[in-house]
Amino acid sequence: MRIAVSAFAILVLAFLVVPIVVIFPLSFSSGEILTLPTPGWSLQWYEDFFLNERWTQATINSVIVGTATMVLATILGTLAAFGIHMAKFRGKAVVIGILTLPMVVPLIVTASSLYLGFSRIGLVNSLTGLVVAHTIIATPYVVMTVLATVQTFDMTLVRAALALGANPYRAFREVVLPLIMPGVVAGAIFAFATSFDELVIAIFITGPGEFTLPRQMFAGLREMLSPTIAAAAVIMILFSAVLLVVAEMTRSYGERVLQRRKES
Amino acid sequence: MKPDQKTTSSQRPDPGQAQPQIRFAGISKSYDGTTTVVDDLNLDVAQGEFLTLLGPSGSGKTTTLMMLAGFEQPSAGDIFVDGQRINDLPTFRRNFGVVFQNYALFPHMTVAQNLAFPLRMHKVAKSEIPGRVKKALQTVKMDAFSERMPGQLSGGQQQRIALARALVFEPRMVLMDEPLGALDKQLREHMQLEIRELHRELGVTMLYVTHDQSEALTMSDRIAVFHEGKIQQIADPQTIYEQPSNPFVASFIGENNRLEGVVESVSGEEVAVRTARGALISARTREPLAAGDAVQVVIRPERVSLAGPEADSATRVKATIKEVIYHGDHLRVAVDAEGCSELVARLPHSDDLVLPQEGASCHVTWHRRNALAFAKPRGENV
Repeated sequence: MRIAVSAFAILVLAFLVVPIVVIFPLSFSSGEILTLPTPGWSLQWYEDFFLNERWTQATINSVIVGTATMVLATILGTLAAFGIHMAKFRGKAVVIGILTLPMVVPLIVTASSLYLGFSRIGLVNSLTGLVVAHTIIATPYVVMTVLATVQTFDMTLVRAALALGANPYRAFREVVLPLIMPGVVAGAIFAFATSFDELVIAIFITGPGEFTLPRQMFAGLREMLSPTIAAAAVIMILFSAVLLVVAEMTRSYGERVLQRRKES
Repeated sequence: MKPDQKTTSSQRPDPGQAQPQIRFAGISKSYDGTTTVVDDLNLDVAQGEFLTLLGPSGSGKTTTLMMLAGFEQPSAGDIFVDGQRINDLPTFRRNFGVVFQNYALFPHMTVAQNLAFPLRMHKVAKSEIPGRVKKALQTVKMDAFSERMPGQLSGGQQQRIALARALVFEPRMVLMDEPLGALDKQLREHMQLEIRELHRELGVTMLYVTHDQSEALTMSDRIAVFHEGKIQQIADPQTIYEQPSNPFVASFIGENNRLEGVVESVSGEEVAVRTARGALISARTREPLAAGDAVQVVIRPERVSLAGPEADSATRVKATIKEVIYHGDHLRVAVDAEGCSELVARLPHSDDLVLPQEGASCHVTWHRRNALAFAKPRGENV
């Protein structure tokens, strides 16, 4: 019985991990098509990834859009979350619900309506348009992570800062922000990741000149099934793993700070 | 001096006296427009005074302090500091030190950084800051802890740092909201004396909020007793304790025996009261009582003693001892007094004291000046 349970657990784990693991040997294949087992080993697809302008441009676009989205979403989301936490008003839950709506609305709905709206104001086929669109879907993640952190923030500290002569802006910058930083960083990483692997909106809003990495992979799959896609996938996976580690580190740092506060 | 000095001083009822540092003029506060938390408060605080706002929770004392700090806006009335109306002055320009019950130290800064914070905010020259931080830490005997994080300190140590932080920028006054509420009894008593000493040393005005009456008695120059949004009495601790102005103050400050009765006769400040159960006792009053008025007579337990039959008959009552509790330095004796309800006597323990036996009969007595009669509020008449 115990063996059966263990076997089942391992099967589930394999089910979840194999699609990710399998991409690694594929990316090192010496063959021309995506097949397993690989006929031999080669770094040619990584070479293609780093030398082919379509891939490098897509990577650069993804990083630009991801970073811009992260900055905008983090600023908007943090201020919104802190404002909601500070203010006392009726219908707070409704406001939070509306703010987090983009998280649950199907992406295709957001994408198509953004496409219609943006085409009127000339924001399609532009990275700016994509940044605006990604900020819309990424901000809720920041709002949620920061809201979770400010719940544990002691508002007396703001009063103390004000009484000690800090104006509201400095009280926020010097007392509130450092203490809610773990939530802000986690939100920022979520925002970046949301933009970095987003495809649906990118299909609607970007033209060939503004392809992001997921958009380029999608194009690559349809046009020529080259193992460069596997190389790109490996690079994205590794990048996501790094983000995950950073997020986890800030989270555990935040918990340590909180722990210290509790002891006090 | 501000140009509006003249207009405010002309409103003062007694311009001959020195200007109070703080003046609450007709301050009311209501959060929902119907229930009043603070009701038409008028209060003057002198420069350098240690004033305690004392009252049960919900009495308006903390709200009063928060309005002075600028965290809450009065619904009506004006607050003046040094003759200047400060209603619209934001907290960070008021220049008051504030100490909170949970210390409110910044957990991400060291002790020294916490103390430097108000100095930086008040644009003190960088070169001056370390010296002033050090001096402030020495004042509270915490200079060895300047590089610690607040989380590494005990509650008492944190409150010392909070105190130093509230003093380091030389504020116009220091406001304290139940600062010792989170500490254990022994540490609390120790800190009370330390704060009192700091006040004497620095001479800065201190406003102190507490619900602990013994804390208020120990520390204050004056105590303002709050109840239901109003100041019931404001006076020095001795007056508050010995001459409470109404039954609320009498029962809130210290312990009291309460006897219900009806006035039989009045002669000046002296009244003879027939208790509900038929005893005739003599008491003192400062209210305009007349025969037939329902009154409440309060007597402090430490003013009640056991006596022989030779004591003054007007304040001597036959009694049966119900319970004796040994407290080390004193005894608490509960007696069933004839014609009165249960009375508690607090007897100092001395070498020649014979422990009273439960069930034994005795006499209890008190000096008539220690029995205070108050008219019962209308509606409560039995």
